[in-house]
This record gives sequence, C-alpha cells and structure tokens, in this order.
Amino acid sequence: MAPFEPAALPELLPVFYRRLFPHGPYGRWLSYGGVKNYFQLREFSFTLRDDVYLRFQSFSSPQELERELQKINPYKIDIGAVYSHRPNQHNTVHLGAFQPQEKELVFDIDMTDYDDVRSCCSSADICSKCWTLMTIAVRIIDRALVEDLGVRHRLWVYSGRRGVHCWVCDDAVRKWSPALRAAAVEYLSLVKGGADTVKKVNLSHPVHPFIRHSVNVVEKYFEEYALRGQDILGSPEKWDKVLALIPEDILPCQGRAKDSVQRWELLRARLERTRGRPAAQGPCYADWEVMLQFCFPRLDINVSKGLNHLLKSPFSVHPKTGRVSVPLDLQRLDQFDPFAVPTITSLCQELDTANSDGEQEDGGATEPKRRTRDYKKTSLAPYVRVFEQFVEGMESARRGERIRRSDLQGDF
Amino acid sequence: MEFSSRARLKHARLAGDRREQYPHSLQFYLEPPMESISLVEFESFAVDRLKLLKVIENLGVSHVRGTDVYKSKLESELRKLKFPYRALAEDDYEARRKDHISHFILRLAYCQSEDLRRWFLQQEMDLFRYRFNELTESLMQKFLEHANLSFEAVSISNSLAVNIVAVLFCYSTMWVFLLSQVGLADAVDLFRARKVFIKDGFAYVPFKEIDVIVLNNYRTKLSKALALTARSLPSIQSDERLQPLLNHLSHSYVGPDYSIQKNTGKISLEQIDALSVKSFPLCMRQLHRALRDSHHLRHGGRMQYGLFLKGIGLTLEQALEFWKKEFIRGKVDADKFDKGYAYSIRHSYGKEGRRTDYTPYSCMKIIMSNPPSQGDYHGCPFRHSDPELLKQKLQSYKIPPSGITQVLELVKGVHYQLACQKFFELTHDVDDIGFSLNHPNQYFTESQKLLNGGRELKKEFNNSGNFQQKNNSQESTNSSSTPTSSNAKADTELEGLEAYFTED
Repeated sequence: MAPFEPAALPELLPVFYRRLFPHGPYGRWLSYGGVKNYFQLREFSFTLRDDVYLRFQSFSSPQELERELQKINPYKIDIGAVYSHRPNQHNTVHLGAFQPQEKELVFDIDMTDYDDVRSCCSSADICSKCWTLMTIAVRIIDRALVEDLGVRHRLWVYSGRRGVHCWVCDDAVRKWSPALRAAAVEYLSLVKGGADTVKKVNLSHPVHPFIRHSVNVVEKYFEEYALRGQDILGSPEKWDKVLALIPEDILPCQGRAKDSVQRWELLRARLERTRGRPAAQGPCYADWEVMLQFCFPRLDINVSKGLNHLLKSPFSVHPKTGRVSVPLDLQRLDQFDPFAVPTITSLCQELDTANSDGEQEDGGATEPKRRTRDYKKTSLAPYVRVFEQFVEGMESARRGERIRRSDLQGDF
Repeated sequence: MEFSSRARLKHARLAGDRREQYPHSLQFYLEPPMESISLVEFESFAVDRLKLLKVIENLGVSHVRGTDVYKSKLESELRKLKFPYRALAEDDYEARRKDHISHFILRLAYCQSEDLRRWFLQQEMDLFRYRFNELTESLMQKFLEHANLSFEAVSISNSLAVNIVAVLFCYSTMWVFLLSQVGLADAVDLFRARKVFIKDGFAYVPFKEIDVIVLNNYRTKLSKALALTARSLPSIQSDERLQPLLNHLSHSYVGPDYSIQKNTGKISLEQIDALSVKSFPLCMRQLHRALRDSHHLRHGGRMQYGLFLKGIGLTLEQALEFWKKEFIRGKVDADKFDKGYAYSIRHSYGKEGRRTDYTPYSCMKIIMSNPPSQGDYHGCPFRHSDPELLKQKLQSYKIPPSGITQVLELVKGVHYQLACQKFFELTHDVDDIGFSLNHPNQYFTESQKLLNGGRELKKEFNNSGNFQQKNNSQESTNSSSTPTSSNAKADTELEGLEAYFTED
C-alpha cells in the first residue's frame, strides 16, 4: 500500500465522494426522520483546496448534498447547527433573527491535552501506547452518558489524527441550551488547571458515584497503560512527578520495589491504609487522584458549549493524514488501532484492485447504485456497518415512539 | 328573613370560592386574574407592589438575603403594604388577591425593555425566594404538588434503582425529589458541580436543595412570560386608560416631587459653588462644573440642572441672573440670552406657554430617559459615565479606594441609585445614608440636613440677587422685571422653542 500524499487529494477526493462516502445512511442520520425541515436548516461548512473556507452551506435534501459534494469535492466537511432559517439564505434575514436552534451535543477529546502526562509522544503525535488514553476516555464518558444521563443514541468517531469525537443525538439533548451543555462538560470534568498547576485532580468527601465509576474504569487499564507502558514510576525524575501529587506525610519508602508496578503497589497500599485514618480534611484519596490525573479524559468545553460550533463530520477525510474519520465500534473498542484506519489512498487502491478483479467499469455516470455502494468492497465496510447500526437504532426508536403515541391516542 | 339567609348563603359560597382560588400564600403567577377592577385599585395595587420591589432591591444590597435582619425588615414591609406575609394566615384572601393582580400589572409595565425585565425578574425572584423559604416542610410539599412541576417526591427506600451510595450522597434523607431529564435544566448548578446523584437521566435531589430548583423553574417561566407579554404590548398600549398609567409605573418615582419648594429664596447665588461640592449629588455637581468651565450647557443639561436649582430654592430672578451671567461669559450676548434662553427658563418656572410648573427630574427619569451624547453633561454619572472615568473622578474627589471599589461594584450590578447613596455616605462620612435615594433634590435636602444639624438654611442677603421671601404659591410680582419681548407671539410649546436653541 502506497503511503498517503496530501498532493494526491484533488485526484482522490472525487473517487471518494462518488464511490466511498456513505451518502445513504448519512442523509438518513441528519434527516432525523424528516421532522420540521431539520435537514434543510442544517449548516454545513466545506474546506476546499488552499484553505478556502465556505460557511453557511445548506441543502434541500440529502441528494442535493450528495451532488454538491461530488461537484466540489471538499477537503474537509464540518457539521454545524440547525438554524431558524436556511443557512444559505442567512443574509436575507435581518440581524438577530437568524439563530441556531438545535444541535447534537458533541465532545472533542484531543491527545494534545494530555501532553503533561504522557512520555511517549507529544503534540500531534500518537502511538499505540498512548492511544489507551482515548480508550479510557471513551469508556468513562460513554458510561456516564448512558447510565447517568440516560442517553441512548451516541456516535463515537475517530478524528483522523489524534483524538476522538462524540455526537450525542437524542431528541431531548439536541435541544439543550448552551448552559446545560457547559454543565454537562463540567459534570464530566475532573482534571482542572493549566501548565502552572501541579496537582490537577482534587477529590473531597463525599465522593460522587460518577467519580467512583470512573476510577473503576481507570483501574482496569492503569497497570498496563501507566505502569508498564508509560512507566510512570520507572525513574527518579518520573516518580517525582507522581510524588508531587501525594501529601508529604504519606510518602512510602522506596525500598525493595524494582519497577513501576511494584512501586505502585507499595504506594497504593500505603494510601489505602491511611484512607481509613481520620484526618482534618477528610479521607485521603491521593491514589485515585494520581490515577485520574494520568488517565481521566480531558474535554474542551468550547467545543461542547456553543450551539453554533462546527465539528468535523464523520467520514470526512483528514487532509494531513489522509485517514477517514470512522465511527468506533464500542464492542471492539480495545482492539481499535488508529494506524489501521484506512486512508483515502489505500481505499482508492482497494477499489482499483476490486475493479480489476471484477466487472469492467462503465464510463460515465451509469449504474450509480453500484457505484455508491462500492465502499462494501473496501476496508471501509465495517465502519459503515457500525454507522448504519447507529442510524437504524435511532430509526427504530422513532418508530417505537410513534407506535406508543398512537396507541395512547387509540389510532389504528 | 329571606333576604338575610340568602345573603348568608352568598357569603358562605364566596368564602369557599376564595379559599379555592388562592389555596396557598405563594404562587407561580401562571394564570392572569380574570375579574373587573377599578382604575383606582389598578393603580394603587401597582404602586404598592412597586414600592415593595424597591424595598426588596434595597434590602438585597444592604443585607445578606436570608438573615434575620433581612427577613424581619421584609416582613414588616409586606405587612405595611398589605401583601401576604405569613404562609398560614387564614383571612389572607385580600392580600393574596392583591399580590396576584399587582404582579400581573407590573408585568405589563416592566416587560418593555431588557433592563426593565431584568430588574423586575430579580426582585420578583427575591420575593419568591423569601416566601418559599418561609414555608414549613409540609406546606412546601403541598405547594409543590399543587404546582405540578417536572419533579415528584419519592422515598429512597421504595426506589429499587438507587443503591446505598446514592442514599449516602443524598445526606441520608429518605425523601428526594426526582428530577427528570427535562427538569435537569432547573438543576444546572447542582448538576454541574456533581452535588446530586444522577441515574438514567433522573436527578435525585435532596430536600434541602429544592429551593434552588424551584427558583430556577420560576425564573424560566417568568422570563418567558415577560417576553410573551412584550409581544402583546401594542394592543394593551392602545388602551388610553392604561397606557399613561403603565408608562408612569415604569418610569415612576414614588415620593415627593419637589415641585413645591419650601426653601425658596433661601439660597444665594454665591453659595452655589460651595454647595455644589458639599451637597449636590454627583450628576448636578458635574453639570455645575461643566457650566462654570464652558460657560454653557446644552438643552438636556439646562433642563436637568435648571429644574434641580429650582427645586433647591432658586427663584426665577436668581435663575435668570445665574444663567445669564454664565452664558455671557461664554460669548452669548445679552440680547440673544433674553430672547431665547430667558424665555425657556421662565417657561420651566411655569411662567410661559402652558404655564406648567415643571418638576425637577427624579433619579429614575434621569437614568432612564435621554441618555447623554458627546458634548452633553447631563444624565446619571453612575449610569452614563465610563467606569474608568468615573473612578478617576472619584479619586480626584479624594474618595478612599475601598469606597471607590464599593461604588464601582454597585455600578457593575446596575444599582445606580445605590451607588449614589454610597457616594453620599462616603462624602458625608456616615455609615448608613438612612433613606432610600430616589431624587437629586432629596440628596440635597438630606445633605443639608446632615451638615446643618437640622437647622434651617442660613439666609444670606446679597445686593445683586433679587431676594424675596416667598410662600408656596408661585404668584409672582416680579415677572415685570424681566423683558419679555417674546410673549407677543402665541404660546409656543416648550419643545419647539427648546429645539431651536439646542443646536449650539
């Protein structure tokens, strides 16, 4: 497989939008069952070659969107809010009347925000060692969304380079105000402080069940990720960072421990013993605080708060890595490998191979049906399957709701 | 016989209706009143509620809400104005009815602008909070059931979904309020700070946190209602009986109007400079300074300051002399002054045209109407000045930094009159102003009272001033001393003539 070259995009994108992009389920998702012009009032933005940026794009139907994508072949697609008027007519509406009305609740988790606690990579780089942080983040937040907030329809997506996004699509949640969205982010936040804060997690008694659940998740990954992978107690300069988070009077003796795992055992045992000890400020949760500081998800509140915030669309191509923003299969989350995600180059090559094996291509635009389902011949297929399941989940919920309501009214 | 028994029946029926109509001393004001009411009652109810809300505003800034001082002062005010003050009072129908009706009237008056809405919302919330917290636990529960909100009281022991952790987290109370996902917006602060246990989209709110949620709910409802009312306002405003009343309410000032000067003639022109520093509120001190510096003031400033001077006791002659002397220094020639400015000064003393004796502007009027633009010096400095400039001005008056901070805090909180009160306290070196400031002339009178220990204003005689002892009546014998060439014309409206002189 040839590596991805950004310069090849103008050649590859037309193929992508004609034969790989899953227009069908994508349109069904954003139509949300055809309620009140939802699709027509949605803002899309396109980034073209040379960073040309087009905002306030809107379309009368998913078919029109598909035609437009195939015509202009954007480098990047962003999805915005559902507005009060068609975004492409926003200039005809007088100021103040054009307002965002609804949008999915979205989260953006970026590996760069963890630079202070990962030693393997920094900034835009990721590796298989630190990718576990994303796995932990997805597990913690998804659990909270489903069990605490009662959310049902959420889509987790690989951002294409160094993080993940989450789209929460429940009907009620799409109507949430910015204040409520900000409150949700704060509910889900435990790591506070910037470069000049040493201890970023501070727990006080009583500990909220959300925190307990989150610690349970972290514990499953902590040994493999933090002690073996990141080796956070492996050397004096590394363990100093950990010890800086622990109250001075509880520092254990290093003694016979030979590696991070053993050292953590000693430390952990010591802290658990002292937890029972009555103290002025309440029980000490330093071991949890360390685990959380190294592993707990870090959210960007600005992405989630505003209704008008634009976020990269699922199945958009990342212009720098060429990777497609694919949905994550929560059943196989631990096996997800960001480096195995198909790039637009590899997908196009797969198409070529498939075609040369199979039937001859007809010239022109004949047999559109076969063309738009060509993703099935490529490694994009399983990801599209996950997406379809997500969309079908919402559709069946809508059907169920309609039946329930008509039962109540006695319709037949 | 027949008559009396019928009357007794009627009375009994009415009493039952009344109890049903207002089962609680507290309400969410969801349904507007549906009865006929006299205009007199309409106005008096509204004015009383306005007085109440102003007291609430004042108390809210001078005392911590919920303290005993705050509560006892608020209760006495409620009693005085005949609003419901005790949750269990039996014969509370009249008070509850007044509460209901007056709230809806003020909605009409206070929905008209963002500022008015915000003010009304804040005071109504404080009132609601006080009353809600005065309810006993059982009354609270009854009220909430009746109010049919998006939450219900449940017993933890009955709820299988909740585990021990949740119970501990709810402070071991057995009763919690179950807030559905819809109601989560009302519990935003509890939610964000993880102060409540949340499961499957339901928040389990312990009893002691319920007041915040109820208040948030009330705020949302009232805010929406005000916006809705604003939209239907045009049809209400077209009712000629209501429109002047409503306008009056939202700009109203409920106190003496200083049109009748008790101190007329007791001030001499020489005293004004000294008085401006000692006893003038900041707005008038600023205008006086500007007049002395530029020997001129534009229309807005002339009106605000001129009427204020009338209110502190300047006679018409003194006023004419005062303004003329200053304007002549500013290169307005005597003739032009007599023809134009003098006419309008006499007009504002009720000597020309409609002969309306114009009353000095109240704080409310100064703050809310006719904002100053470039080249103007009128308005309220706490409202209209840039905070940085205000700070510098206060520094130049040698106000201590802690005092300046307090003033600026009040300004930031949009409490302009309270900021002026603080300014009074700082310049007169008192802890508590002792009154509620609503009018610049009130500021002056109180200041003089304080400085002179209650003695009468010293009377100073001066040759240049036309000094005369005067009674309340403005029947003047001195109008002959001023040339009035312009009264040959028909009575012109003040506005028109003023506009002619505005452009300089």
